[in-house]
Amino acid sequence: MSLLEAEQLSISFGGVKAVQSVSFSVEAGEVFSIVGPNGAGKTTIFNLISRIYDSTAGRLSFSGQDITRVETHAVAGLGIARTFQNTELFEQETVLNNLLIGCHIHRKTRFWQDILFSPSVRRQELAFRRAVEDVIDLLDLQTYRHQIIGNLPYGVRKMVEIARALCLKPKLLLLDEPSSGLNPEETDDLAFWLEDINEALGITVIMVEHDMNLVGQASDRVMAMADGQLLTIGSPAEVQNHPEVLRAYLGQ
Amino acid sequence: MRFIRRTDYEQDINLVQHKGHVLWYGLLLLLVFSAPLWLDRFLLGEFTYVFIYAIAGLGLMLLVGYTGLVSLGHAAFLAIGAYVHAFLLGHGWPFPLSMLFATGFSALVGALIAIPALRMTGIYLAVATLAFAVIVEQVLVHWEAVTGGFRGMAVPKPVLFGINFSDPTLFYFLSLLLLLVSLVLVMNILRSPSGRAMTAVRDSETSAESMGIHLAGTKTLAFALSAGFTGLAGALFAHRLTYLAPDAFTIVTSIQLLLMVVVGGLGSLHGVVFGALFVGLLPQIIAIARDSAPPVVAQIPGLEPAVFGLIMILFLIYEPLGIYGRWQKIRQFFEEFPLYRRATHRRQKTFLRTERLR
Repeated sequence: MSLLEAEQLSISFGGVKAVQSVSFSVEAGEVFSIVGPNGAGKTTIFNLISRIYDSTAGRLSFSGQDITRVETHAVAGLGIARTFQNTELFEQETVLNNLLIGCHIHRKTRFWQDILFSPSVRRQELAFRRAVEDVIDLLDLQTYRHQIIGNLPYGVRKMVEIARALCLKPKLLLLDEPSSGLNPEETDDLAFWLEDINEALGITVIMVEHDMNLVGQASDRVMAMADGQLLTIGSPAEVQNHPEVLRAYLGQ
Repeated sequence: MRFIRRTDYEQDINLVQHKGHVLWYGLLLLLVFSAPLWLDRFLLGEFTYVFIYAIAGLGLMLLVGYTGLVSLGHAAFLAIGAYVHAFLLGHGWPFPLSMLFATGFSALVGALIAIPALRMTGIYLAVATLAFAVIVEQVLVHWEAVTGGFRGMAVPKPVLFGINFSDPTLFYFLSLLLLLVSLVLVMNILRSPSGRAMTAVRDSETSAESMGIHLAGTKTLAFALSAGFTGLAGALFAHRLTYLAPDAFTIVTSIQLLLMVVVGGLGSLHGVVFGALFVGLLPQIIAIARDSAPPVVAQIPGLEPAVFGLIMILFLIYEPLGIYGRWQKIRQFFEEFPLYRRATHRRQKTFLRTERLR
């Protein structure tokens, strides 16, 4: 059984068919990339998986469970974490607090315990903090721990967003253009960290990415899309040389 | 300058984070607890008023400053707290019980208001809460059997075990104690998952939702808490007024409450206290200054609200982070003297999402 399965997934906004009956499946443990020109529907697929949009047709299932109509806030609890194309961090908060919010789904305490700050809340805070420090160590964010997001450079924000997603301890991680806005060195680091996340932590990764070097370096399989339709799925080399893909990018 | 050496995660969790806190907040506590010894009766009353305002401000700050929802109708919760408290006292309830019930009842009304409010943000929410406040005001006027309408309603004295708490000194301590308890409760919320969920909702709803935060639940909780604290302030306010009438809880009161948190500094608890001092004491200072001004100036009608408004506007233009923002800059100037650069704060002239009204 695949970790994530999409069957005939479709969504249209009025007359615009953003995604048209796309079917694919992602196996546990792989890095799966989605490539395609602008407006191909890549981010829309992410928004369908994380239930920000309601699909107009088709079915999505995650480890055997139908998630086509689960509530948006319940997706994280199933073990799906994501980042956003233009970073959606909590701007006025410190890096530490952003990462602690990533731990929110592991919360066991109730509100009345929180308001009294009972010993169980304190224990939970310490446990969260330890989990957060592991992620900080993994992604080398020590220097930024107590800084406000609004004061950080873009490349660091990108990493903080990935770190926050890792704090959920997800089974599946959705990365929306992780390398956009990063310089070549940072992109190299990212490829290295992706490997760590995938192999050391055993997290399945789906990413939308334009940097074909990164895609080739990091991913096991690639899905190419154009105009909301699936072109092909295969190894990075196969996809890069597929005639349909070449036509979508370069024209006739 | 103070460099905090962190050796333990608890250091980031504890309320008292370093020795400087112990010293300065200790001195402040000593000052406020000894105030009845050296402050005259009139000023003691004014400070009691400031404390009551601060409790209401805490509630509003949770909603506006931390959850990013604007309310222009908090006078309604103040009124609900005051009237429920006075009504129950009149029916022979002991006053701590009646105060608790008034707080809980306001919180319940706040939670109910949250249901329609969940669908709105920014200016639309502000207008909706304003409408709610107007409805409550009309109910106070027309439900004469309970509220006494325009004639008003006398507030029975707060007496417990034969001790009359309306004595200025005792009432000062009662308000101070309730403010301190409220402060600790709010700080507890803010350093636990519930509070973090609120700030997450403020900064990015999409992102908060995909982190597994229940938007509706978080907003309802914020509304209920906010209304609860304001209701508690209302119950205390009733004793200060001693006679309740609808004209004490108008739109002007709501705006005053909102300006308190904005001028104090959105998104900080220091801001609540600064804002309460500002709103509570400034009218008195203006009145005193008016007495010593030349007659030509002093006799201008409506001078007080005008000066009040002018100071507010200047704050909003030149110090969007409020009195607390200014205070941080002054403190940093002395800490870093002579190395302070004005440009340090250039970048931090950011706005909370609440202020942008989306």
